[in-house]
Amino acid sequence: MATIFGIDYPTLWFLVVGGLFSGYAILDGFDLGAGTLHLFFKKEESRQIALKAIGPVWDGNEVWLVIGGGALFAGFPEAYATIFSAMYVPFMLFLLFLIFRAVSIEFRGKEPMRWWRQLWDVSYCVSSTMLGFLLGVVLGNVLLGIAIGEGFEFEGNWLEFLNPYAIAVGLTTVALFAMHGAIYLTMKTEGRLFTKITLLLKRAIIAFIVLFSLVTLYTLLYIPHLSNDFKSNPSLFVVPLMAFLSIANIPRLATKGKYRLAFLFSSLSVSLMLILVAIELYPVLIISTVDPAYHLTVYNAASSEKSLGIMLLMAAIGAPLVLAYTVFVYKTFWGKVKAGENY
Amino acid sequence: MDVEILSRIQFAFTIAFHYIYPPLSIGLGLLMVVMEGLFLRTGDRQYEQLAHFWTKIFALTFGIGVATGIVMEFEFGTNWATYSRYVGDVFGSALAAEGIFAFALESGFLGVLLFGWDKVSPRVHFLATVGVWLGSMFSAVWIVVANSWQQTPAGFHVVGEGMEARAEITDFWAMVFNPSSVDRLLHVWIGAFLAGAFLVLSVHAFYILKNRHLEISKKAFKIALAVATVFSLAQLAVGHRSADGVAENQPAKLAALEGHFDSLGVADMYLLGWVDKEKQEVTGLKIPGGLSFLVNWDFREPVRGLNSFPAGDRPSAVNAIFQFYHLMVAIGMALIALTVYASIQWWRGRLFSQKWLLRLFVFAVLLPQIANQAGWFAAEMGRQPWVVYGLLRTSDALSKSVTANQVLFSLIMFTVVYALLFALFIYLLDKKIRNGPESHAFVEHRPHLEDISDVVAKPRTKKSPH
Repeated sequence: MATIFGIDYPTLWFLVVGGLFSGYAILDGFDLGAGTLHLFFKKEESRQIALKAIGPVWDGNEVWLVIGGGALFAGFPEAYATIFSAMYVPFMLFLLFLIFRAVSIEFRGKEPMRWWRQLWDVSYCVSSTMLGFLLGVVLGNVLLGIAIGEGFEFEGNWLEFLNPYAIAVGLTTVALFAMHGAIYLTMKTEGRLFTKITLLLKRAIIAFIVLFSLVTLYTLLYIPHLSNDFKSNPSLFVVPLMAFLSIANIPRLATKGKYRLAFLFSSLSVSLMLILVAIELYPVLIISTVDPAYHLTVYNAASSEKSLGIMLLMAAIGAPLVLAYTVFVYKTFWGKVKAGENY
Repeated sequence: MDVEILSRIQFAFTIAFHYIYPPLSIGLGLLMVVMEGLFLRTGDRQYEQLAHFWTKIFALTFGIGVATGIVMEFEFGTNWATYSRYVGDVFGSALAAEGIFAFALESGFLGVLLFGWDKVSPRVHFLATVGVWLGSMFSAVWIVVANSWQQTPAGFHVVGEGMEARAEITDFWAMVFNPSSVDRLLHVWIGAFLAGAFLVLSVHAFYILKNRHLEISKKAFKIALAVATVFSLAQLAVGHRSADGVAENQPAKLAALEGHFDSLGVADMYLLGWVDKEKQEVTGLKIPGGLSFLVNWDFREPVRGLNSFPAGDRPSAVNAIFQFYHLMVAIGMALIALTVYASIQWWRGRLFSQKWLLRLFVFAVLLPQIANQAGWFAAEMGRQPWVVYGLLRTSDALSKSVTANQVLFSLIMFTVVYALLFALFIYLLDKKIRNGPESHAFVEHRPHLEDISDVVAKPRTKKSPH
C-alpha cells in the first residue's frame, strides 16, 4: 500500500477530513455561538453590532462544511452514504435550520418594525442553537455507534439518534460554541456591550465546563470502547491532558482580559477535543452496534488508492492557496465593529 | 407513493430550485468583470456604480445558491446512498477539485468583493471580482464533469457485483474529458451567461422605461446586449454540438428528444408537436428526415429509434422529454431573434426609442431561466431509467434505510422552506432594484464608504419609548 511519510492514503485522508471538520467547528462555531447569545442582547444597537461582527465571515465559514462534507463523500463514500442515510431526520433538520438562519440574518435588517426584527432575532437565535445541538447529536451518535448491518446499511429505528448521551453531547456543543462565540465578540466590541459580553462569557464557560465534565465522566464509565486506546497506549494520554490544560487556560486568560489569546485557546480546545475523538475512533469511522464486522473503517470505507492519490495531490496544491486568501480576507476585516460604520 | 418516486420528486424539486441561482451568479459575475474592467480602463465612475449595484444582486444569488447547494450535497448521502457508494470513487477527485479550486476561491474572495470596496485598492478589488467569477466558472466545470460522467461514463472500471458493484477511477483525465463533458460544459456556461445578461437587460430596460437612472442604464443595457447577442448565437453552435454528442453516445435519449420510435427508420425533426406514446406517433409541425440529416447529414439515412432498445432500458416519459427539449430549442431561437434585432436597432441608433422592445426585454428575463431548466429536465429525464447511463438504475440507487414517510416529511419541509426562500429572494431583489444603482452615496464616499452592507440596515424609526 502506498504511503507518504509512512502514513497510508486512507489515514492521510482521514486527517484531511478531520482537519476540515475541525476548521469548520472552530469557524462556524463562533458565529453559531454568537447566534445563541443573540437574545441576551436587549438593545437594537447591540444586536446590530453582534450581527455585524459575524456579517462578513459567517457565509465563508459555512463553506468549510460544504468542503468537509465533500471530502467525506470523496474519500469515504461508504461512510458518507451510511451516516447520512442513517441519520436522515437530523440531517434534514440541520438543513432546515441552516436555511432559516441565513434567511433570518438577511431579513431582519430590512424592515424597521420592532416585531419584525424580534421575529427574525428569535429565529436566528433558535436556528443557530439548534445547528450546534444537531452537530453535537450526530457526533454523540458517532461516538456511541449506530446499528449498521449487512451491506453497511443502517438497521435501526429512525428515532434512535435521540438518545440521552447524544443529547448531552449536543448540549455540550451548544455551550462550547456559546463560549467560543462570546470570546469572538469580545474582540469585536467596546463599551457597555463589551462588558455585557464578558459577563455572558463567564456563564458560558461555567456551563461548558460542567457539561463537558459530565459527558467525560459518562463516557469513561459507560462507553468502554472510547477509552480502550488510551488504556493500551498510555503515551496517548498526552492528548486529553493537553485538551484539559487548554480548556482550563480559557477562563484564566478571560479573567486577565487577554481575549485574543483566549480565542486562540478556545479554538485549540475545539481542535484537541476533535483529535481526542479521532484517536478514540481510528481506524474506525463509524462503530456498528450490531457486529464489529460491520464497523466502517478508514480502510473498508475508503475510495481506491488511485482516487485518494489524486485527491491528496489536489489538497497539497490547493491547501496553501486556500490558506493564503483566507488570511488575506481576515486581515482585511480585522478590528472592532462600530454601530455607524459599515464595512 | 414509494420511496423512489418521492426521492426523485424531492431531488428534481431541490435541484431545479437551486439551478435558478448558480447560472445567475456565473452570468452576473461575467458582467461585473466587464463593468469593473471598463471602470478601470476608462475611469468612468458610472461603470463603478454599475459594478457595485450588480455585486449586491450577485451576493443575493450567491447566498441562496450556497444554501440550496448544501442541500444537494447532503441529498446524495441521505436519499441516494447506493448511488453515492457506486460513484464515490469516481466523483471523489472531481468533488475535491471543486471544493479546493473553485468553491473556496469563490467564497474566499466574496468577502473582499462585497465588503472590501473601501478597504482595498480598486485594482485589488477588481482581482477579487475576477477571482469570484472564475471560482463560479470552475464550480460549473466540476459539477458538469460529474454529471456528464453519469451520461457518458469513461475512465473507470467496475469492481464487485450486484449491489456491491462500485465504479473505480482508472484514468482521471479520461473521466474529466468524458465524451460529453466539454460540449455540455460550454452549453451550461453559455446558458448561465444568458441568464445573467438577460437579468441585467431586464432591470435596466425597466429603468429606461420608467425614466430613472437613464444614462447609467443605457450603458449597462448596451454591455449586456452585446454579451447576450454574442452568446445566443454561440449557443446555437454549442447546442448543436451537444445534440450531436447525444446522437453518438446516448441514442435512446436522442430518440426520446424527437419522439422517434421506429427501430431503424428515417427520423423527422419537429418544430413543435405532441407525442402519443401508446400509438407511437407524433403529431406536429415537422421537417421530414430532419433528425436523420442532423445525425448523418443525409435526409434519408435511418436513425435508431426507441423500439430498438429493450423495454426496460427506454426513457418512459417520452412526451415530457420531447416537450422540454423543444421548449429549450424554441427559446434559444427566440433569444437569437430578439438580441439580433435589438443589436440592429442599436447599430441604427434606435435602440432606446422603441418602447415595446424594452418592455419585451423586461419580461425576457424569464426565457433563459426556463430554457436552462427545460434543458436539464430533458437531459436528466432522457437518461432514465439510468442514474449512471447503462450502469446503475435509478431504482437501485436509493438509500435502503430511508422510509417513504421520512422522504415525505423532508419534501414537505423543503416545499415550505423554499417558498420562504423564494419570497425572500423576490423581496430583496425588488428592494435592491427599487434602490437602484445610484441611490447610495457611493461614488463620493469611496474609499471611506458609509453604507454598503445589506446585512444590517439602519433602523428608520426612533428608539422605542422605554
